[in-house]
Amino acid sequence: MNKNWPLWEIFVRSKNGLEHRHFGSLHAADAEMALENARDVYTRRSEGVSIWVVESKYITASNPEHNGELFEPAQDKVYRHPTFYDLPDDVKHM
Amino acid sequence: MKNESENNSSLSLEEIFEQRIANDEKIEPKDWMPEKYRKTHIRQISQHAHSEIVGMLPEGNWITRAPSLRRKVALLAKVQDEAGHGLYLYSACETLGVSREELYEQLHSGKAKYSSIFNYPTITWADMGAIGWLVDGAAIINQVPLCNTSYGPYARAMVRVCKEESFHQRQGFEIMLTLCKGTEVQKQMAQDALNRWWWPALMMLGPTDDVSVHTEQSMKWKLKRKTNDELRQQFIDQTVPQADILGLTIPDPDLKWNEKTGHYDFGEINWDEFWQVVKGHGPCNKERMDARVGAWERGTWVRDAAMAYAEKQQNRKENAAKAV
Repeated sequence: MNKNWPLWEIFVRSKNGLEHRHFGSLHAADAEMALENARDVYTRRSEGVSIWVVESKYITASNPEHNGELFEPAQDKVYRHPTFYDLPDDVKHM
Repeated sequence: MKNESENNSSLSLEEIFEQRIANDEKIEPKDWMPEKYRKTHIRQISQHAHSEIVGMLPEGNWITRAPSLRRKVALLAKVQDEAGHGLYLYSACETLGVSREELYEQLHSGKAKYSSIFNYPTITWADMGAIGWLVDGAAIINQVPLCNTSYGPYARAMVRVCKEESFHQRQGFEIMLTLCKGTEVQKQMAQDALNRWWWPALMMLGPTDDVSVHTEQSMKWKLKRKTNDELRQQFIDQTVPQADILGLTIPDPDLKWNEKTGHYDFGEINWDEFWQVVKGHGPCNKERMDARVGAWERGTWVRDAAMAYAEKQQNRKENAAKAV
């Protein structure tokens, strides 16, 4: 038998109040081992209070070649920003 | 803001790519990149990862014989960090489309290189001090500029590596300092370690600029921010005063402060020795590879058993779900 351990993506919450952030990846036989390895590889110096592990094959990523059609439409919609609207200076608290 | 590629419709993919790097933009795994960029990065990142992994061996040699519990936990933590650094770097390298298996295979077959410094033996406890002080010191000088390199996953891994590395150097210097403040025999042991590690540490910063084949391209891609000779000079300039604090003598009769240049002049490096070690004829090349390959082979059944267990658990879960 020669089956390689799958790849896992590791997300760590560094302290309560902050979101989980991608820290890197590692190989492990199953989710439990991925959590244990993640603790040793990514939190040796109290970098985290919570860990998520996701097998890499379950992540669907956007393709940078499609960045134009995905993200450019937002660029000409300046009216979504508060500075687009002209108000007299004496209007306060707005 | 306009997308940059729109303004550059007349440029080739490669020209746009080079421009992005020149503008200090980062390249991420799924971005288009020239094949040469991918290959060069796989080579350098994996070589770096292999060095961390093989680098555990000379120090692992002393864990059981550390002179106190304080020294032992510190050395153990340092070696564990090196395993961690190897893993950060392997996973960064895998984002370039090479598998972990292939990377290991390249190391074990001798196709991939690792830092030749780890082919020297660690024969006394003072070598733990000299390695932390000099080898990690030279590594830091090599690595700090890489925190800004153009390939995102490599740069991020290096930020973590560099944060952890400074403890390594300080623990080494402290070992040297303690020996130098000890008995005459202990001080001699420290001097002997410096004598043996000084020149290999200088070689760690790579061949001189005039023979270094990758420097020009690597500078362009920000895989390198300074040349080997600049890094070596920086290492010497900052290490000589540290040796003075220890009261040790750098084993180079030509070493002299140069008022005019504001740097230390130093003697000829024995590059024949360097190339001999790189080619596999160093004192411990065979021992290191035997240890590494042996550990991998003896671990096969453990890896297989873990996989079999994971599959069994998965099947059980699925069957239980069906039964409901």
